[in-house]
Amino acid sequence: MADLTCKIAGITSPNPFWLASAPPTDKEYNVVRAYEAGWGGVVWKTLGEEGPPVVNVSSRYGAISYNGTKMAGLNNIELITDRPLEVNLEEMTRVKKNWPDRVLIASLMVPCEEDAWKDILKRVDETGCDGYELNFGCPHGMSERGMGSAVGQVPEYINMVTKWCKEYTKKPVFVKLTPNITDILIPARAAVDGGADAVSLINTINSITSIDLDAMSPTPVVDGIGAHGGYCGPAVKPIALCMVGEIARDPECKNIPISAIGGISNWHDAAEFIALGAGSLQVCTAAMHHGFKIVEDMIDGLSNWMDDKGYKTLEDFRGLAVPNYKNWGDLNMNFETKAVIDEDACIQCGKCFAACEDTSHQAILAENINGERKYSVITDECVGCNLCELVCPVDDCITMTPTPSDKPYMTWGEDPRNPINQAKKVS
Amino acid sequence: MSDLAKSKADENRADIEPRRLETTEYEKNFCDVLTPLDRNTAVREANHCLFCYDAPCIDACPTSIDIPSFIKKISTDNVKGAAKTILEQNIMGGGCARVCPVEELCESACVRKTQSNDPVKIGQLQRYATDHLFARDDAQLFERKASTGKTIAVIGAGPAGLSCAHNLSREGHDVVIFEARPKSGGLNEYGIAAYKMANDFAQKEVDYILSLGGIEIRHDHALGQHITLDGLRAEYDAVFLGMGMGGVNALGLDNEGLEGVDNAVDYIASLRQVDDKATLPVGRRVVVIGGGNTAIDMAIQIKRLGAEDVTLVYRRGTDEMGATDHEQEFAQTNDVRIKLWAKPSKLIGENGHISAIEFEYTKLDNNGRLIGTGEFYTLEADMVFKAIGQNFDAAPLNGTLDISAKGKIAVNDDGQTTLNNVWAGGDCTEGADLTVVAVQDGKKAAASINKFLAV
Repeated sequence: MADLTCKIAGITSPNPFWLASAPPTDKEYNVVRAYEAGWGGVVWKTLGEEGPPVVNVSSRYGAISYNGTKMAGLNNIELITDRPLEVNLEEMTRVKKNWPDRVLIASLMVPCEEDAWKDILKRVDETGCDGYELNFGCPHGMSERGMGSAVGQVPEYINMVTKWCKEYTKKPVFVKLTPNITDILIPARAAVDGGADAVSLINTINSITSIDLDAMSPTPVVDGIGAHGGYCGPAVKPIALCMVGEIARDPECKNIPISAIGGISNWHDAAEFIALGAGSLQVCTAAMHHGFKIVEDMIDGLSNWMDDKGYKTLEDFRGLAVPNYKNWGDLNMNFETKAVIDEDACIQCGKCFAACEDTSHQAILAENINGERKYSVITDECVGCNLCELVCPVDDCITMTPTPSDKPYMTWGEDPRNPINQAKKVS
Repeated sequence: MSDLAKSKADENRADIEPRRLETTEYEKNFCDVLTPLDRNTAVREANHCLFCYDAPCIDACPTSIDIPSFIKKISTDNVKGAAKTILEQNIMGGGCARVCPVEELCESACVRKTQSNDPVKIGQLQRYATDHLFARDDAQLFERKASTGKTIAVIGAGPAGLSCAHNLSREGHDVVIFEARPKSGGLNEYGIAAYKMANDFAQKEVDYILSLGGIEIRHDHALGQHITLDGLRAEYDAVFLGMGMGGVNALGLDNEGLEGVDNAVDYIASLRQVDDKATLPVGRRVVVIGGGNTAIDMAIQIKRLGAEDVTLVYRRGTDEMGATDHEQEFAQTNDVRIKLWAKPSKLIGENGHISAIEFEYTKLDNNGRLIGTGEFYTLEADMVFKAIGQNFDAAPLNGTLDISAKGKIAVNDDGQTTLNNVWAGGDCTEGADLTVVAVQDGKKAAASINKFLAV
């Protein structure tokens, strides 16, 4: 049985599955239910300054259904906690005391003023929480008030606030990054330079999930109009993986621990993020869709997979995919793979043909002899794009098969077909 | 009469009664056999469709409905568009969605069946789309072209005739349909099991077809009685014959005239037309002879009318039955007993009424021919229904055109008969006797007639 103990930035949790700062971690009641269900940690819903709490609107979520699958992507326009600071602190203190083995991180968002951060850290330190997550990511509502992603989009602010926090608390500081930027490395490096103990990413992506065609308004519709929200859920996983990978492989980020967030829905997603360098994993949409019980399979599935692979701890495979995440220019131009169709497994749906014929390289031959349909690859025309394999509804019916080759590894930079190399040759 | 004699007479009297059920049970037993899909289920089912290229299901549909396209439209809530895709090819797509043996046609060819024996529920999706359309105020999807001034006579307001008429009317021709019965719809109105055509759907479909305009139906006009083919040929620009079969096969036994021995098609027709099903006479012990869908429909319906014991006897095995596996299973779950490999040998009467029927066991001889084994058994019966097939009654045609070897009207690939301005289709011609085939025959003939009239 694999050991799922997760260690990140000096914090230990019994498993790497944490609930992200969001509605599921809004109060003691939910958090206790989550711990009871087996979650390794929670990032408490973002706390704001002392004083009157924010007020949320009614009608807060929108979602994308894809071919009948609900919640492929979720969008929200909720703000930070709308409960008084004292209430949150009191509950957090009690929760941490009652659940000492579970991680409790406090998410914070206050204006970019040194005293504001100093004050809040002092107050929250007393709860006994394990660390902080600076919410520089929230892309809606709070950003209009100069907080959240408004900070995360300015590297200098990230750097400044991180430094303040590191000065005013001894607890580990996670900086939560917004994906609503052009290059994730700029804010990540600013956080590293500011002394962050870890980064958390991605926060939600600016989004309009849909237009209500009757109301003629973005959803969620609030009395006839809508605002953009933050997008999360399975649909954003590829974006999150890419940004996590960028930071994991960046020498200037100095192997900063990463708490990965973004569409993590099952143990498979979890294993992928860990393989790409993530330390802990934060989940929100999957829990909002299915309830806290889903953590059971996340833990069990990850453990079983690790057993199958012979990994005893998370460290055994953490980051193993990072060295293989390269740029296009590093790829081998001499590698060649071709589609092979198993005619016995083929159910004659013709999806491979339609995809290849209409949108790719016309490399599949369609024959219909007295109603018996036969689809086969025209190997010479196949460029190995994988599209047919991707659209095929039958497992292992179309297999991409690498062509054996004794040609050397050759990048585009080395490729004689590269115009630069041709120019060199001439000169 | 002594008490003993009286009770003996009671015992011998056939046990046939109306009102065997509680009043509420009739509605329950004859309501829609399938629950229509709701939107959620329909969309989920539509997403099970792979939207195949060169989809095998289209080939399997006699009317070549573009099934992947209509299902894709359901998945995007373009349900009206889905209905149009269906009705463009098959104007009786709503009826066919209810009566087609889909498990033998489109759904049998579905690649999801090949993949995991889980075909897309094409029939139910087709019904979802067409029901949606019929419930709309703007259900009319078709327009007639400018009038051509031509008029075509159609014999029979069943699926073949209606399909032909609708396609001709769209082309701008006027159509007069002569129908022998008092109502239109053919077997959809008189022959299909009631629970497959619930809520008077057959008439709704006829109304929809007629709402296009250009089609007049003259009921109670039978060929050979009120009209003749020669007369119609003289009066109209073309004639389409879609009068169905008309004749019912007999057992060829003595005593077929006994009371209580009936043709299944006649009983089903009265069941379909009667206002109150509780008034129908129902035997306690019923035997149905035959292996086709009519036999199955008969057996299930009489069971659902309250018969205590219903036995369907077929002379061969399940594989040879005309009724699909699905229909056979449905009969069995309706508590119909199916007995195979026996043929009726003697009808036994008492006081002029059927009381029992004797069967001889059958088997195949070395040449694969069906023979009796010389062993017999007897089933007591208060009612016996014959459902051993129908035949085409060519007499009203007076030998004016050629009849095929199988005794039906001979036609070419376009449905044209040996008379140059007469076409035919549906059950009066050869081919599978299915509603969907009749619709296709009518459509094909209309195209050919249209071409003929354009010259």
